[in-house]
This record gives sequence, C-alpha cells and structure tokens, in this order.
Amino acid sequence: MGRVIYMDNHATTPMDPRVLEAMLPYFTDKFGNAASRNHQFGWDAEAAVDQARDQMGRLINAKAKEIIFTSGATESDNLAIKGVVEFYKDKGNHIITAVTEHKAILDTCKALERTGKARVTYLPVDQQGLIDPDDVRKAITDKTILISIMHANNEIGTIHPLREIGKIAKEKNIIFHSDATQGVGKIPVDVEGMGIDLMSFTAHKLYGPKGCGALYVRSKGPRVRLTPMMDGGGHERGMRSGTLNVPGIVGFGKACELAGAEMETETARQLQLRERLHEGLFSQLDELYLNGHPTQRLPGNLNVSFAFVEGESLLMGLKDVAVSSGSACTSATLEPSYVLKALGVGDDLAHTSIRFGLGRFNTQEEVDRVIERVVHEVRRLRDMSPLYEMAKEGVDLKSFQWARE
Amino acid sequence: MAYSDKVIDHYENPRNVGSFSKDEPDVGTGIVGAPECGDVMKLQLKINDAGVIEDARFKTFGCGSAIASSSYVTELVKGKSLEDALTIKNTQIVEDLSLPPVKIHCSVLAEDAIKAAISDWKKRHGESLEAGSKPADKAASNQ
Repeated sequence: MGRVIYMDNHATTPMDPRVLEAMLPYFTDKFGNAASRNHQFGWDAEAAVDQARDQMGRLINAKAKEIIFTSGATESDNLAIKGVVEFYKDKGNHIITAVTEHKAILDTCKALERTGKARVTYLPVDQQGLIDPDDVRKAITDKTILISIMHANNEIGTIHPLREIGKIAKEKNIIFHSDATQGVGKIPVDVEGMGIDLMSFTAHKLYGPKGCGALYVRSKGPRVRLTPMMDGGGHERGMRSGTLNVPGIVGFGKACELAGAEMETETARQLQLRERLHEGLFSQLDELYLNGHPTQRLPGNLNVSFAFVEGESLLMGLKDVAVSSGSACTSATLEPSYVLKALGVGDDLAHTSIRFGLGRFNTQEEVDRVIERVVHEVRRLRDMSPLYEMAKEGVDLKSFQWARE
Repeated sequence: MAYSDKVIDHYENPRNVGSFSKDEPDVGTGIVGAPECGDVMKLQLKINDAGVIEDARFKTFGCGSAIASSSYVTELVKGKSLEDALTIKNTQIVEDLSLPPVKIHCSVLAEDAIKAAISDWKKRHGESLEAGSKPADKAASNQ
C-alpha cells in the first residue's frame, strides 16, 4: 500500500509548513507570556499576538481587538451562546438556530433548554440544505435574543445566505452569531457586510494548528457583551481568561494571512478539482446522488450517496484514501447523519454517503487516483450487494417487505 | 476502529458471493435486515434430499463486519445438516471473527439469515421436514 491520500479536509487540515515556520520561535526563544507587561519576553509575545489579531481581522473585515482567543470553535460556540443567554437574560431567552448546525451549537442549545435557561427554535432546511431567511424572520418573537446560523455546513458544504439573515437580525435588533468554522479562509467572510455580531472559527480548519480558536465579538454598532464561562485573570477583554496560546495564535494569524492572499486562486483550483472528481464518479457509476446544493457550496466539498453500498464498507475498501461517511456505522451514535436526514435524504441513502473534502494540498493526480479507487470499490461492493441486484431486477425496494430485526 | 484480520480477510476475499436462482427447488433464500438500518443480508442455501446443505451463496449490503459475518457463515454451514446449521449461534460468529461489541448485530443478522433461508426451504417443501426427512413436493414452492 502506497501513501494514503488525505481528502477529509472538513475534519481538519494539515498545517501549512509556512505556518509552522512562523510558530516555531514562539515555542523556544520567544516563549513569553503575552500578559507580562514589564519585560521584553512579554512585549515580544504581546506584539506577536497583536499581529495575529491584525491578520485575522483583515481576513474577516473586523478590528483586531474584536478577536477573542479560545481553545477552538466548540469553545467559541459555547461562549457565544451561553455568554449571550446569561448576559441578556433580562431581555429575553429565545434562540433561533437550524437543524443542520454542528453539534457544538445544537448540544449547547439543548443544554440551555434542559436547564430552563433558553427556549430554542430549530429551523428546517430545504432539500439542498439551505435556510430560508423568511423562516428566520417568522420565528422571531419579542423574547428572541440570539440568531445562530452557520456559514457553511461541515457535511454537505451548503453555504447559508448570511447577508440576508444578518439584515433581518439588524432590523430586529437581535444578536447574530455564526459558526463560520468551515467558511473562514475558504470563502469570503465579511462581518460588516454580513451583519455578523459574533463569529466562531478555528485555526486547524485553515491549515493552522489545533487547539486554537477564536470568537469575533462586535465592539460597536452594537457593542456585544458576554458573560464569561471561566473566571480568572480577565484576559481577552474579560471574556475569556487564561494565558494565551502564543505559538498557536501566531500560527492562526499566519494561516489567516495565507488564506486571504491565496483565496482567489485556491478557490478556482479546488473548484476545478471538485468538478473533476464529480464528473469522474458520475460518468462511470450509476445511481449516485449528490447531497447538498449544486452551486451554493464550499469549493472543496463533495458529498455523494453511492446507493446500495454501505458507507463504512466502502471506507474499509478505500484504505488508501481518507474520507468520511454519513453512515451510522462510522458515527458514535449509531444513527446515520442527522444533516442528511434534515435534507430529507432517507436513511437508506444516508447510510451510503461519503464526504470528500478537498484541500490546499490535494493534487489532480490524487483526485484521479481517488476516482479510480472509488469506482473500483463501488463496483466490487455492488456486485456483492443484494439491494443492487434487486434494484436491477426491478424490485421496488421501498415497498419490499423487509424482515427487520 | 480496527478490524480483526479475519474480518479483513473475509471482506477482501469474500467466500461464496453470488446468487442461486430462487426458483431452483433445492434452494432456500433468506433475506434479513433493511436498507434504512444499513444492513441487508441475502443468504441462499442449496439443500439436498437428505437435508444436508451442499452449497451456499450470499450477498450483503452492510459494513465490513456484516459482509465478513455472512461470508463466514457460508463456509460454516456447508456440509451441515439442517439441525446442525440451526444450532449455529451468533456468539460463535462474534468469537470466531473477533467482532467488537458494536458489531454484534452483524452476527445476529447472520444467524437470522441461516434461519430464514432454512425456513424458506422448509416452507417450499411443505412443513414436513422437521427432522431432515425426505422433502415434500416441489409444488409447495412459494416463489
């Protein structure tokens, strides 16, 4: 077996060597605590952190001081939602979000519901995974304090109309949070133009280090306030105490700078690779179904159901390719993907879905190799699939009397 | 999750994949599971007049462990009398293939598939074959 091809860039991305290079001095020579105000070591660390905030702010059209560092997007989501609910509890307790959000949002909302701290509306999505801004408007009550809608979905790559939703939030004077973990660095993000008040993102999805996340917190128009989750030294404008992860932050900043500088060419390149992958698979195999939106999607995302072939068995065959599946057998919950379910994809097809996540370091040769491997394995497994055989014989699988366990 | 060597072997080199014609009088077909559950096994047994399983074929939609479990039982049942085949328990499959706890349902499905295939064969030969006696008339076939 040769080298394994990594095509799971929604899960995480490899660090860009240029990012690593920028980080290295901050592990050794420049090890200072950014909160040390009275010596060179501290000043160097603080300057590096300030530079990173600047690089990050430029990528998302925010001011440097509006960046709050966290341990990752999950913490950012928790801080945003719980922080708003706690701080604005006298104003209301209603949150609007969507069924296809990441678990970091959904489980945070559920926890708030359980403890009686919030009421939550989970908006549906259409068959391509899109939120209807009108649904957001209709869900607003006089108790609504927060709207939280992700930028791009992590499974199907569908990009939500944040600009429209932001406009509605502004109009109604409601705080608008977005989990932009998958979008930042891949597609343009503009917190001003999109009317975003809070935004979660993380370094390891854009070729930076793991364990380093950020929450953008609007400072003006309106100034957004949050109740912190941890008590401590009052770092990060009092919103997130704890000594800053200086090397990680330096890497995050560098990663944002690179992503911004190369976005245009990289997007075009990834789109071309994705179309090649799409075309290569769909032209050689029948009964494939694209999950998500045909155009409103992340350039590196392709999510396909390979009907009659169970996802985990396909992954097992593709041992030299790293991708992921919406099959229940690959999830901790033993349920197929709730995102696909929300789109109206049946459990039968959800079990056969594979997510391809193209990234900066994927090449055309790799795409061609993946096409070849997937086509080979799908054919092999379909030859072994009673469902494929039945479908070819004209049996209606929907009305067939299955002997369920 | 790491797969055992046996599971990988059966997944990569499945034994007895394929189909017999369902209309053949000596074939019993069992289809268990459901597409929305992520597992469907079709097991077919060719059973002779003496009530001995002469050959077996399978097709499975499911994870690697489900494919391995069904491939494994095709080997296990060959040459066995119906009574002996009916004593095969899922626990034996779990043990022999070193299936982890989350994959136990694959072994249960494989056991069910044996029972379903034998039951189909019996139905098609009248219910007279309680103890492996001579099969009844072919007219009992319900296919």
